[in-house]
Amino acid sequence: MGYDPSNPMKDRITDVGPRNYEEFLPPIIKRNFGKWLYHEILEPGVLVHVSETGEKVYTVRVGGCRLMSVQHIREICDIADKHCDGHVRWTTRNNVEFMVDDEAKLKPLMEDLEKRKFAGGSNKFPRGGTGAGLTNIVHTQGWIHCHTPAIDASGVVKCVMDELYDDFQNMRFPAQVRISLACCLNMCGAVHCSDIAILGIHRKPPMVDHENLGNMCEIPLAVAACPTGAIKPATVDGKKSVAVNNERCMFCGNCFTMCPSMPLADEEGSGVAILVGGKLSNRIKPPMFSKVVVPFLPNEPPRWPQTVLAIKKILYTYMEDARKYERLGNWAERIGWERFFEKTGLPFTAHLIDDYRFAYTTWRTSTQFKF
Amino acid sequence: MAKRKTPMLDELEKGRWPSFVSDIKQEAEAREKTKVDLQTPREACDDLLGLMELSYEDKVGHWKHGGIVGVFGYGGGVIGRYCDQPEQFPGIRDFHTMRVNQPSSYFYTTEYLRQVCELWERRGSGLTNMHGSTGDIILLGTTTPQLEEVFWELTHNLKQDLGGSGSNLRTPNCCIGKARCEYACYDTQHLCHSLTMEYQDELHRPAFPYKFKFKFDGCPNGCVASIARADMSVIGTWRDDIRIDQEAVGAYVGGEFKPNAGAHSGRDWGPFDIEKEVIDLCPTHCMAWDGNKLKINNKECIRCMHCIDTMPRALRIGKDTGASILFGAKAPILEGAQMSTLTIPFMKVEEPYDEIKELIEKVWDWWAEEGRNRERLGELMQRQGFGKFLEVCGLKADPRMIHEPRSNPYIFWKEEDVAGGWERDIKEFRKKHQK
Repeated sequence: MGYDPSNPMKDRITDVGPRNYEEFLPPIIKRNFGKWLYHEILEPGVLVHVSETGEKVYTVRVGGCRLMSVQHIREICDIADKHCDGHVRWTTRNNVEFMVDDEAKLKPLMEDLEKRKFAGGSNKFPRGGTGAGLTNIVHTQGWIHCHTPAIDASGVVKCVMDELYDDFQNMRFPAQVRISLACCLNMCGAVHCSDIAILGIHRKPPMVDHENLGNMCEIPLAVAACPTGAIKPATVDGKKSVAVNNERCMFCGNCFTMCPSMPLADEEGSGVAILVGGKLSNRIKPPMFSKVVVPFLPNEPPRWPQTVLAIKKILYTYMEDARKYERLGNWAERIGWERFFEKTGLPFTAHLIDDYRFAYTTWRTSTQFKF
Repeated sequence: MAKRKTPMLDELEKGRWPSFVSDIKQEAEAREKTKVDLQTPREACDDLLGLMELSYEDKVGHWKHGGIVGVFGYGGGVIGRYCDQPEQFPGIRDFHTMRVNQPSSYFYTTEYLRQVCELWERRGSGLTNMHGSTGDIILLGTTTPQLEEVFWELTHNLKQDLGGSGSNLRTPNCCIGKARCEYACYDTQHLCHSLTMEYQDELHRPAFPYKFKFKFDGCPNGCVASIARADMSVIGTWRDDIRIDQEAVGAYVGGEFKPNAGAHSGRDWGPFDIEKEVIDLCPTHCMAWDGNKLKINNKECIRCMHCIDTMPRALRIGKDTGASILFGAKAPILEGAQMSTLTIPFMKVEEPYDEIKELIEKVWDWWAEEGRNRERLGELMQRQGFGKFLEVCGLKADPRMIHEPRSNPYIFWKEEDVAGGWERDIKEFRKKHQK
């Protein structure tokens, strides 16, 4: 029997949680769980892990779109059935990993993956994303499913990855480069701690639908949602609503998150900001936040050329100039931000100087600078 | 079928990176032809492409604000969404997302994935996200009447629950851990699964001031980014000595083993120089190489992982392993972005995880009581102070918890800690000090 809408609580199962991961582990992983000795990157996208039992597991990592159809997942299943005894996994950056327990199985798997293309010509399973190269872009919903975005997600990611494709399949950077994207300031994902981050921002204050606001919003929540205190309750034409002090609004969109009557996305107002220099591993230096280095670039669907260009400039300047093992943020800090802007050719504007709360700690309180 | 022209999206079929547009088109085509008894609009994928094209023309999204839908018994797990052009795109009039709790570190059998695909093809759009940033399998787009049907099939046939959304414990996530990594200091998968099961009620029925996330990293490399993306970050570490295989160190120096497992092999960085690449880069300068033997003054090591990452065949994590526990990471809204703050420098991580559960529950008790509406734990820690946080956790202050001591002298003291207390009489004062 299936679900019975006239008796919704009948036979309802709840709180069973996820499936136990142990059901899904490939046998070689199960046998060597916790016994791994070391690993090697054999070539871009191919890893081998060696166990103290002497067993080896080979992993082939391929790029994933994150947004994928059941047709595509079934194709992944076909490949996993054919080469990997029906096992497959995803990574924390939405790549797909196929594992085999014998080196002889590696080549047929790679050849199979390589030849698969979408009707439009793009590769279905590009191999790469390992070592000191570029890996997948962690990203968000954008215009495909969210109501607060300032930019699209999937489209921008596709444009950037097409341009930087060779570096997904190469390992020629000083250290790994993490690019991520969030389509608004909520920063779902990893934008605040990435080497390069693409962030959707607005530049116009919200419009207020005074006619309906009182009915649709809990006004105190909208007021409390504002980080700069720009919103206050107001009566407009006899109706309860809010007033926005435009001078104090920095367009974060959090009031819209709380109140549907305050939309702010705009064809010309909304677009891309670029941040750089974040990281979250503890290797050598502690984790760091990303910093804004491009305050605004317009939305330019479908290819976002200015955004792509700015990212290329930053990435390839870093590649030329940084030392081995140096993450982008550590490089920028070592050479100094004045030199970062000079080398990358990015213009420095007052928008990049912090003015939120304890901003003072980001100003230069020393005479140590480079001309 | 009203199939809209999509010239801008068609541009995104070009290039080498896998095209989401081509993939959605292939699903649209499959839906057009399929004999499956589809329970949601056949043209859902076509209409989604149409709406995306419109957004590309307008440079603004086309989803209405919010949407409150779900399944009985739960307060979250489904993200409601309605298109703002329903007449033009009836196939995605309602297009809700269901979050499905993924297995720890995303290992799957194809049998399971095919079951999910079959269910979602019939009762949803056939589109997914593999995976959402928090970890869930995202089933992208279905109609309101299908929500209970999908949930019924998930729980009855797939033995599989929804993930979290709203002001509750969200779906926990972990790195690959001991399954396929020699750096894992504890069993991240097991802890992740155990705590997810332990706190099912907190995950499905919002009872918190705001959202709360757990993430579990096996070592300080942070492959699941717990320090940046979880209110509670559990990061593996060890407290004894790094294990050195001197012979293998020699093999690195001699060029037999590739540094960093070959991560930099796309470029000629010259022969491996242990002084330059390891000794000099150690953040505490606690290593020495005399041409023969590598020495580590482990007492001064901060376990940053650099030397181990660089010479994985020669250096191993210690044997006395456990985890550091940090709290309070969040994105910028409202008070600014935060990373998690070190709270427990070291805890053994052993089943049945009583010590860690006890800590979690102390933190939740405090935050549930004191947290304001939509105030993340990290913001409450800032508002009431780290000292208060330590008090509710029953912990003693430790210099490991700070970057540096405070520079301002605005120090709060408790009345009971000051001799004589705070009740004083101005008349007594005047006896010694004239006006």
